[in-house]
Amino acid sequence: MRPVLYVLSFLAVMALGFWAYRENYATQAALRDVTDLQNEIAGLRESLSIERAEWAYLNRPDRLRDLGTLNFDRLGLLPMEPSQFGAVNAVAFPPAPLVTNLPLDGTEMVSGVLDTSADAEQTP
Amino acid sequence: MTRTPLRPLARILNARQKGENPDSIERENLRLRHEVMRDKSRGSAQVRLVFLALFFFGVFTLIGARMGTIAASEPVEPRTASAGTDIDAGRADIVDRNGRILATNMLTHALYVQTRDLIDAKHVAQELARIFPDLDEKTLLRRFTDGRSFLWVRKVLSPEQMQQVHEIGDPGLLFGPREMRLYPNGTLAAHVLGGSSFGAEGVHSAEVIGTAGLEKFADARLRDPAQAGTPLVTSLDITVQAAVEDVLGSGITMMNAKGGAAVLMNVNTGEIVALAAGPTFDPNDRPANPTKGDPSDSPLFNRAVQGIYELGSTFKIFAAAQSIELGLLTPETLVDANAPMRYGKFTIKEFENHNYGPMLSVADVIAKSSNVGTAHIAMMIGGERQQAFLKALGLFDPSPVELVEAKGAKPLRPARWPEIVTITAAYGHGVAGSPLNLAAAYATIANGGIKVTPTLLKRTEPMQGERVLSKRVALMSVAMMRRVVTEGTASLGDVPGYAVAGKTGTADKAKPGGGYYNGKVVNTFASVFPANDPQYVLVVTLDEPVETTGPKPRRTAGWTAVPVAAEIIRRAAPLLGMRPQVEAASLDGLVAVKN
Repeated sequence: MRPVLYVLSFLAVMALGFWAYRENYATQAALRDVTDLQNEIAGLRESLSIERAEWAYLNRPDRLRDLGTLNFDRLGLLPMEPSQFGAVNAVAFPPAPLVTNLPLDGTEMVSGVLDTSADAEQTP
Repeated sequence: MTRTPLRPLARILNARQKGENPDSIERENLRLRHEVMRDKSRGSAQVRLVFLALFFFGVFTLIGARMGTIAASEPVEPRTASAGTDIDAGRADIVDRNGRILATNMLTHALYVQTRDLIDAKHVAQELARIFPDLDEKTLLRRFTDGRSFLWVRKVLSPEQMQQVHEIGDPGLLFGPREMRLYPNGTLAAHVLGGSSFGAEGVHSAEVIGTAGLEKFADARLRDPAQAGTPLVTSLDITVQAAVEDVLGSGITMMNAKGGAAVLMNVNTGEIVALAAGPTFDPNDRPANPTKGDPSDSPLFNRAVQGIYELGSTFKIFAAAQSIELGLLTPETLVDANAPMRYGKFTIKEFENHNYGPMLSVADVIAKSSNVGTAHIAMMIGGERQQAFLKALGLFDPSPVELVEAKGAKPLRPARWPEIVTITAAYGHGVAGSPLNLAAAYATIANGGIKVTPTLLKRTEPMQGERVLSKRVALMSVAMMRRVVTEGTASLGDVPGYAVAGKTGTADKAKPGGGYYNGKVVNTFASVFPANDPQYVLVVTLDEPVETTGPKPRRTAGWTAVPVAAEIIRRAAPLLGMRPQVEAASLDGLVAVKN
């Protein structure tokens, strides 16, 4: 019985050693990964700040004004003026979709009298 | 515990019978009692000592063990901890109120030379002089070979220059990373931002320090590593600022002025939405500070803050408002305005020797800008009260705005205040302040009488301020200023839909040594809009303007500063989201007031 126990415990030690070896290397690999990722993050963050600076540079008011002037014939942009404010109720609602019961395939004859008097135009 | 009596009656009687001294019994008992007490306190002291010894032993062991582990372990960077955004940026960004960038950092490289690693110093000097035309080949070669081991060549390099230096291929040429301050909008808000330069420089990094303006004022905040990730939010609005600078720039050119300033401020919060001064400069390439001559000739001079000018008739509204506040007058009261007025050896005249008198209502004194009428109002108020009021409006103290230049720009006023000063100060002569001082004072009137503290930082909480003027008088004052535009000296200042109210001011420019220049004026227009519900104050100052379209040159504010201000309002008000309004029929006369 005892030799079996010896062999078993020896095998267990071997297995544990193998496990610890693998864990050790896995940890080191993970740490290397993290370092790489952090370098990548730092690099990305740096390029992000450069992109942001570039965005601000390309959107500087001087340049936008010059571009507006250069492309005036296509865009027709002018500085904003007080007269450009509109009222919401001056904006037309989109027309209601046309509802029809007529079958739309083939030809249909429609006949009737159009009422062109002023009364008829007042009804919405 | 039971307390044994010091003189037990039984033993005393016994001793007396025996003819002994009963006091010795008392002493004996006292001695025994003291011994018990002594033993007890010694015991507790010993316990305390043991505890203390144990405590110290424990703590010293802990510290010793920790020191031991620190000394014995290998120093490694914590690789698993995640890097937060708060440690990456060197200096915090500056953004406008909508988060658009005014100042940010960019990574570039500095070029330095380790001369002992140089292989071909002559070739390197030749190539560097070719890449950087401002460097001299001979000087470079001398520096490479005069025995020093290290020298800086350039503080910042563009990527193209860096590539060219790489292509020289000499191992003695080395690059150090540099965080460079970048102002992507160029000259925009240059006077607010100021500028920055490198402080202590090392091979691996250099500190960026603010040298002027907001950059210097908020240097500690911008460099604070804990706040590096959060940008400093200013109250400026880039779009409005650009429009104001654009109009002011054209105004300075059209009015042939030496310079100018414009301050646009929210009257309820004191936030400065735009602060422009001309001529301006590029903070990316800040010119050197002038060492001689008049500082106001340098483009670095911030006329809005540093320009201490006599602000002229813009002060008249303060006298009028105060006299109404004190109950001395109403806007309709007639005051003596018979010009010229004699006071001692002084003669007070009107513009071009007009006479608006003999009597004018207070509102007309403001509308026609009568010096004599204002002088009479000021004499009614008296010097003491006048000084107290001007001080309460902040016209005697440097503006508390967040610019490093503001502290040095102290308004000027005479040391003594005789009655003639009371008279001249009432129409803005003999006292001087900056356009920003004036803007804050006008904002105080415009918001209903609460003192305004101007700021360049976006406010997140409501402004606190003491009341200097009752709301009723403040509204009346704005209504009087509205008449200046509708029928007075600032008729060119009307912008349909925005009900501009304001007061013009024309003052002769003071010579540095004393006295006044002939034909050199400072024109100011301080305006409030819209008059029926004041939201913004705009002060436009032009330095030495002259309007030459007419048969003879005109130098009054009504012809120079007012049209510029009107154009600024026309451009800026829509950008501020203000919808033009149909004006109420009449603003003078009776005004309905809620208190």
